[in-house]
Amino acid sequence: MNQANRTLVRVENLRKYFPIRRGIIIERQVGAVRAVDGVSFTIERGETLGLVGESGCGKTTVGRTILGLYPATQGQVYIDGQPVFGAKSRDMLVIRRKAQMIFQDPYASLNPRWTVDAIVSEPLRVHQLIKDPKMRSERVVELLNLVGLSGRLVNRFPHEFSGGQRQRIGIARALASDPLFVVCDEPISALDVSIQAQVVNLMEDLQDKFNLTYLFIAHDLSMVRHICDRVAVMYLGVIVELASRNELYENPLHPYTRALLSAVPIPDPKKDRHRSRVILRGDVPSPISPPSGCRFHPRCPIAKEHCARLVPDWREISPNHWVACHEA
Amino acid sequence: MNTLLQVRELTTRFHTPEGTVFAVNGVSFDLGEGETLAVVGESGCGKSVTMLSIMGLIPKPPGEIPKGEALYIKRDLLKLSDAEMQHIRGKEIAMIFQDPMTSLNPVLSIGRQITESLRTHLGIDQKAANQRAVELLEQVGISEAARRLADFPHQFSGGMRQRVMIAMALACVPNLLIADEPTTALDVTIQAQIIELVIQLREQLGMAMIWITHDLGVVAGLAERVTVMYAGYIVEEASVDDLYDDPRHPYTLALLAALPRVDLRRERRLKSIPGAPPSLLVEPKGCPFAPRCEYVREICRKENPVLTPVAARHKIACWVDINSGDLR
Repeated sequence: MNQANRTLVRVENLRKYFPIRRGIIIERQVGAVRAVDGVSFTIERGETLGLVGESGCGKTTVGRTILGLYPATQGQVYIDGQPVFGAKSRDMLVIRRKAQMIFQDPYASLNPRWTVDAIVSEPLRVHQLIKDPKMRSERVVELLNLVGLSGRLVNRFPHEFSGGQRQRIGIARALASDPLFVVCDEPISALDVSIQAQVVNLMEDLQDKFNLTYLFIAHDLSMVRHICDRVAVMYLGVIVELASRNELYENPLHPYTRALLSAVPIPDPKKDRHRSRVILRGDVPSPISPPSGCRFHPRCPIAKEHCARLVPDWREISPNHWVACHEA
Repeated sequence: MNTLLQVRELTTRFHTPEGTVFAVNGVSFDLGEGETLAVVGESGCGKSVTMLSIMGLIPKPPGEIPKGEALYIKRDLLKLSDAEMQHIRGKEIAMIFQDPMTSLNPVLSIGRQITESLRTHLGIDQKAANQRAVELLEQVGISEAARRLADFPHQFSGGMRQRVMIAMALACVPNLLIADEPTTALDVTIQAQIIELVIQLREQLGMAMIWITHDLGVVAGLAERVTVMYAGYIVEEASVDDLYDDPRHPYTLALLAALPRVDLRRERRLKSIPGAPPSLLVEPKGCPFAPRCEYVREICRKENPVLTPVAARHKIACWVDINSGDLR
């Protein structure tokens, strides 16, 4: 396979601004939340790319915009070679079949009035993949078995399941249309530790079985290190660092990545006592008017005078290790 | 070290339309003056209900505390009248909660909320209370404290709101601070700030602390002693070093094995715990972990083991010695 063929998802200079409007009768735009402000990356087939960052950094917006759930303000996304923005509705339907999503909240993402059968078979009906109702029901049972649930549960409603089981139902629904690419938006953060491991192992098994490509959006840096091949770190709408998993965790170059990693608690008291911590001061600034130059400069422990003026270039410091920092 | 709090055989149930919920089933532990104890467990293990019971915050009905005592400096908190409890709550024992947005009153200014408890418990006038409130806000790291007294909760970020909660809890310099997942809703860098603050305040004030959490990582850097809860029981209690170096209960062992590590390279799949915690609607019989336990024996299903010592200051509730695999 050549390079272009190996790449399944290509994101080019993606921007997503949410307008802020004022006025009741004459509505006018007074500003914009710059949730995603120029993000580029690629994901190879069969790969898991992690997208990490704190609340409000834009990681969820990236995931949703990539799938065309929000129109992009600027930029383009290609999934399996097809452009997402400007696609005809027929082409969009094909993209939607190939690219699916698993949501964070297994309580809010399943329709409480629908049975499991209705939920899991919806993609089959929408995309008219299986027209015969009997065969469709068989496929639903097959999908449930695939995610470790009994086929006898098809007529139950979401409230009859635990959080972990609901997340399995969400995964079965996402897999119904035989996707190539799945955006997993904090798929395990609402679950207890013992259940998290079950769901993560299931996701890994399914990836191996169907050669799935994942964009794994999370704030749990330990889990991201476990599950992802490469990791991108976002801060205030931009990616500040991107590298393979061990490179990023063992040799972080951006001061924000360093602070983030040093803030993660380690379940080992002796080791935890001897760690050097970078404690960041203050809160994340507003994405309505992000700081000039490098967006991290007001909180950066090593910021120099030029960091406030100049936007740092996105540089490849060593092979496949990218960073946007003047001082790295 | 003198004992500050001695809890014995605490039992809490809730009578609901679905049946009786066996939330806490005979929990006993001690807390020394100035000591930090962590209570770890997953959703529904009874960790919060245990503390709410001690604080007299269980609504009755539907709640009921049929058995147990909680001796705080020789007084049984469970037998105090509401008026007597009011005196202790907020003054001698303070509590902070997970979600600072819902535990603050949205329509009262921060200043009003902090000074309320100062005026109730210390009987000082508004002017003195305001002055003390400013000191408290400065102590928890809120800049321009005097100006911010007039601000409302929504004008603070999540981390700042948690700081305000801590300031309120510390207002009367309590002997004991009970913290119920205070950093769970926060981002890791903000969590690190809050933990740093709490450790610093603990040293300044010499107060004892009970920290309720599901995060075994946070515990490692914070607590001296740890109890692990499962289905309304304490299953293991040890010093923080012993618990992580030498866990003896199969549940603790399984929890640690299910955790990915931010500081280590991936070596294997996560070890998941099969199944889910038991329903609390069924009267417990036998060891609650038996259905998920890989060391399970015949006796485990019949009789629930009591918490007994395995080493100095290290107790477990288990029939099996996990090192040899034999019965203890």
